Amino acid sequence: MLPVSIGHYLVVAGLLLVLGVFGIFLNRKNVIIILMSIELILLAANLNLVAFSGLLQDLVGQVFVMFTLTVAAAEAAIGLAIVVVYFRNRGSIQVEDVNLMKG
Amino acid sequence: MLAVPAFYVFSAVLLISAAMVVSARNPVHSVLFLILAFFNAAGLFLLAGAEFLAMILVIVYVGAVAVLFLFVVMMLDINFAELRSGFQRYLPVGLAIGVVLFVEIAAVVGGWQLAPESAALRFAPVAPDTHNTAQLGTLLYTDYIFLFQTAGLVLLVAMIGAIVLTLRDRRASRRQSIAIQTARRPTDTLELIDVPLGAGIARVGIRRPLATEPEEAPALVEIGHAHSEEH
Repeated sequence: MLPVSIGHYLVVAGLLLVLGVFGIFLNRKNVIIILMSIELILLAANLNLVAFSGLLQDLVGQVFVMFTLTVAAAEAAIGLAIVVVYFRNRGSIQVEDVNLMKG
Repeated sequence: MLAVPAFYVFSAVLLISAAMVVSARNPVHSVLFLILAFFNAAGLFLLAGAEFLAMILVIVYVGAVAVLFLFVVMMLDINFAELRSGFQRYLPVGLAIGVVLFVEIAAVVGGWQLAPESAALRFAPVAPDTHNTAQLGTLLYTDYIFLFQTAGLVLLVAMIGAIVLTLRDRRASRRQSIAIQTARRPTDTLELIDVPLGAGIARVGIRRPLATEPEEAPALVEIGHAHSEEH
């Protein structure tokens, strides 16, 4: 069972998600920090899943967290590969420079 | 009870380090704070009873993903001070959106309550006397085996995609071409000379290599073909 009530976990996960969204808006130019903010958002979702799994004593939430971790790791690998290729081609990772396809 | 203060400590460090991730001046510090955040999230997982996932979080995220971030941050030669130039400008709008989002989440959580029949709706209730890892493995390899294999496929696609994206064919690199090497004949490169007794380099002359070392890989193919046609 959970050591504290479920509301504590929900508040922590909500604050973590808000911090992740805040980070995306705050670092509008740095793609790497934006990727880290996405990791924080996914971590908040995982925290909610684990908290409810512990509250209801149901293991499906933990299985779902495992798949979320898989997809998050794949996303980080692909995203960083794209950042590396983009930096190699343009010499910059600013989001505002990504306008090659605007027509 | 030690679990309640541990929860507050883990939560506080998690939130502070998450705030430092998005606001640190140096991206390397951001990655290090991300690692700290993952450690504390693993502690929270542990308190909620998900021991296996806590260990997975430490191994996969701290050991692989965060190190990958660190590697990329250190590999790219970027002027990070320039990237932070819009920091003050984006601060108000970011704060406004964050506050709105948090108020919405708080409204949802405040009006939320657990369904009374939720205990009867569980898919896989936790058995009281079995280990968390064993239970998770039993569930994952029976009921969720197709999802498990699909997750493996997703990882394979990610691996191949990352390799294909970052693989670079350097034109200047001297790559081994086995076809050219096996097509070489001894007569192309080797010449036996009868040197008379007592004759030095002055009379025989300095022997030069027949083909000069090529500079580029495509040139290697051309020279190799032209050379073999000569003989």
